[in-house]
Formats: sequence, structure tokens, C-alpha cells
Amino acid sequence: MIYDEEFETLPREALEALQLKRLKQVVMRAYHTVGFYKRSFDRTGIKPDDIKSLQDLSKLPFTTKQDLRDNYPFGMFAVPMSSIVRLHASSGTTGRPTVVGYTHRDIDTWSELMARCFVAAGVTKTDIIHNAYQYGLFTGGLGVHYGAERLGASVIPISGGNTKRQILILQDFGPTVICCTPSYALNLAEQGRAMGVDMASLRLRVGIFGAEPWSEEMRKQIENELNISALNIYGLSEIMGPGVAMECAEGREGMHIFEDHFIVETIDPETGHNLPPGEKGELVFTTLTKEAFPLIRYRTRDISRLILTPCRCGRTHIRMDRVMGRSDDMLIIRGVNIFPSQIEAILLEVKELEPHYQIIVDREGNLDTLEIQVEVSESFFDQADEVKVLQSLERRIQRDIKDYLGVTAKVKLVEPRTLQRSEGKARRVIDKRRIMA
Amino acid sequence: MKVEQLSVFIENRPGGLEEVTRILKEGNINIRTLSLADTSDFGILRLIVNDVNKASQLLKENGFRVSRTQVVAVEVPDRPGGLHSILEVLARANINVEYLYAFVERSGENAVIIFRFDDVDKAIDLLERHHFTILKGEKLYSL
Repeated sequence: MIYDEEFETLPREALEALQLKRLKQVVMRAYHTVGFYKRSFDRTGIKPDDIKSLQDLSKLPFTTKQDLRDNYPFGMFAVPMSSIVRLHASSGTTGRPTVVGYTHRDIDTWSELMARCFVAAGVTKTDIIHNAYQYGLFTGGLGVHYGAERLGASVIPISGGNTKRQILILQDFGPTVICCTPSYALNLAEQGRAMGVDMASLRLRVGIFGAEPWSEEMRKQIENELNISALNIYGLSEIMGPGVAMECAEGREGMHIFEDHFIVETIDPETGHNLPPGEKGELVFTTLTKEAFPLIRYRTRDISRLILTPCRCGRTHIRMDRVMGRSDDMLIIRGVNIFPSQIEAILLEVKELEPHYQIIVDREGNLDTLEIQVEVSESFFDQADEVKVLQSLERRIQRDIKDYLGVTAKVKLVEPRTLQRSEGKARRVIDKRRIMA
Repeated sequence: MKVEQLSVFIENRPGGLEEVTRILKEGNINIRTLSLADTSDFGILRLIVNDVNKASQLLKENGFRVSRTQVVAVEVPDRPGGLHSILEVLARANINVEYLYAFVERSGENAVIIFRFDDVDKAIDLLERHHFTILKGEKLYSL
């Protein structure tokens, strides 16, 4: 099923003509309203008028996460605050989040694209949608919510957490669609089983999962355990939020990028050169219609590849494969973005520790686990040979990490010399998750 | 009147303890008594040895976290109520015991209880006033 028959099936030629028209507009607007773009274009000596074809896009400079941080909080906004109706934010490396703004029209576009996602998954207005994405600064909850309302379906704004209550509502309200991170879906299945609930006989029939990398194996597992069709959704707050790309129920292979609103490129993350379409590389997005927060050639750091073959669903929009990794060191733990440098910044504040640490990410059952190994300093141990003192240190670090980063980590004190010393490049992060099998 | 105890931080994993004892063996260090406090992740091995300085140095050289703590060794007759007689006095004086461990002397007549107190001097003072036998460090190291 297709929500917007006209725009989602535009012949490539017409689609590209529309993209070019919108690209010219957004580049012009960004240049004249956002100081950052003017400076960055001027530095490379390019003018908005130089964009005459879609190929000319590659002449424009990239925008990076660092640029967004440098312009924290509102420096990238292209409209005055009086036109902004919503703010969202994602975590950043230095504890400063990346802030994004939306005008009325932006929220409208976002709702529209999320509605497209639902319809691509086979959802209709008669469905009841259990939305377990977190509501709040994270774009997941409200993004999905508005799309569901746009479609006219019934939304249960359950948000994340309180798993037992979620299972009760899954049984009693009988939602037919569930939206959350894939790991949370498996967690729900497991908890439900532990509570004696037959999770395969719930009324659920479709699941829309995203915000973290997951594999085909996980899809099969979720589909078996919940007896649903599980589909992949892609988005990131900088570009818009969930609903940048969505897998269709007919194809189930790659997510259609809504190309009437975004232009996607793949680049070599090392050189920044454009790669031939279909090659694996870093995805770069340009927003075509966003008013408040236009992004020109934004480097997502997500590694994937574009699928060029036409899809049997009839959409003409290009597809992207599952995200296969990151070109930076960002970790996604239970849907939360974390950079090792954030953890490091917290640890370096703790004077009872040596400046060595290791981060171990794993998946136990269906949940990501984060373990942080640290060494207690000689001077601290010299005054504290008691278990309770060391354990309270562990708890204090754990609390700091929870407070600053929003994830629960296991903090483990280890013997000195267990942790690799930095000789050039220390291996600070060990990711044992096997997601891309 | 105080005894020096070595505390060694060890991870809770197979072979963790063995490394410590091997280093001590190779350094010809004799362990008088010991105790191990454990959690799921780590443990603290507490030792009374015949040569505190050497043992501490050897362990540190091998990368272990070692601390030296003042403890009190009290000798009591090895019979029912022996330990209780000490704890009774401590409880009445409101002195907290952080941890303790014990061993029986070679003669078999006396037991030695190793105490860790928050306030070591106050505890020693109290125990002496109640005529308990407090062992000197040198005596214990060379038992």
C-alpha cells in the first residue's frame, strides 16, 4: 500500500526535476539565513547559483556533527524562534546535545512521512499502534505519534520503560502494531513469556523497529516470538527523526528513502569522495523541504549502501540497506547514542581512578549491555582496603554515567595492567555484539 | 601494638589468587594468616606475612594494588566464649569492627583474632584496660 501515490511513485525523471528545484531553493535559503552555510560556502568559493544540476551538489561542503555542536544550541536555525514550534535534541560527545527545531510545516511534513511509513508497513487507520519509543527530547516517540495520528490510527503513547505494564496493555488494549527499538521488542517478548503470557497470540501483526542497528537474524527472532511482520525504519534527529526511510511490506529488503524530501549520497568516509551508487559507504543527506533546520550534505556516519533495483511495491524512491556500522566510534546502546569520549570525560573526573579504561558492549539475551572497566588508583586503594568503599566508588561512577548519558552501565574495578595502556591507539571499546551477521 | 596487614586487590576470576601466592612463594614470603573478602567482581585479599616490606614491594612490582593497613591482633584462650569476651567489651564501648579473621596458634592453646577498627588507638586502649593480650607485630610476623 502507498500513502502518497503521486509523490512516492513519481517517475525518476520527474522526481529528479523536483529534487533539483527544491535543492536550489534550500541551498539559496540556507546560504542567506544561516551564518554557518554562508561562511562554509564562501570558504570553498561556491555560490548558490552554481547549483545547476543534481551532480553539482557534490561541489558543496559537508556539514558534520561537529558543525552542529559548534553552533549549539540554535545557531543552525534558518528561521526566527517565533516560527519554531518544537525542539528536539540528541546526545552529543561533550554532554552537549545536538538541538533541532521544527516549524509548523516541518512537523506537518514529518507527520506526513511517518504516515507514509505506516502505510508502507501495511498499517491502516483501523489499527491500534503501541508506541514504545521514548517520548521527550528524543525524536522517536513524538515522531511516530504524529504520523500515527496523521494516518488516523489509534495511538497508545506508552513510551519506553515499565515493561510489565506494557505487557498488560499489549494484552488488554489489543494493539495491532508495535513501534520500538528491536532490542526492546525482544525484551518485551522475553518478559511476557516470563509472566506466562503467550506473546505469539497477541493481536499484534506488524512491528516497526529502528533507532539501533539490527540483523536479519533478529528480524526472524522477533517475527517468530511475537508472530508479526517486522520492518525496519531509518531516521536521525538531525535530518528529521524517524521516517527518513522505511522498508515496505512488499519488498522487505532495504528502506525507501523519501527522495522528494531528501537527497542521499554515499561517500568514502576517509576521502569524502562520492562513491558510485550501490557501493558501501557513509550516507550523506541533504534535506529538501525542511524550513527550520535545513541540512546540506550532512555526514550521518552511518555506513550502508544504496539499492538501485526497482522495488516490487511500485515506489520509485531509492532504497538503502540496513545500517552496517558507523564511520566514527559512536555506540548505540539500547537506542541511546554514546561516544566513548563521553564516558572518558566522566571517568577522568573521578580522581580515585587511573586514567585507563575499557568499554565492553555486549548483548545479553536481547538487551545491549555496557560494562566499563576501570582501575582503582594506588593512592585511593592505599586508604581504602574495604569492600564497601570500593563498591560505593563503583556505584558513584554508575550513577554519574546514568545521570549524564542516560544509560545504565556496569562499572567493574579491575586489577591494574589488565587494561591496555595507550601506546598510540589503545583499544578502548570492545563491541562483542554480533549484529551484522 | 599494631600489626601491619597487606591488602591486595584481585579480580574475581580463576587464577587471580594464584598469581599472588606465586609471587609470595618466589619471594620466600611466609603467610601467617589471611582472609579473602569477595564480591561478584573483585576481592580483597588480606594477609599477615613475615616480611611486610618485601611482600608489599614484590606485589607492587608485579602490578598489584597493595595497601598497608593497621590491624590489631588479640590473643584469647581457645575455648568457648573466647571471641565473645572481646566483642562484649567492644560492643559496650560502641566500637565498630570493620572486619576480623582468626587463626589458632601452633600450641593450640590460644587463638589470635585479627581486628580492623575504625579507631585503632581507641580500641587498643580499651582492650588493654580490660587486660586482653595484644600481640606485637614482630611477634606475629615471626610466629
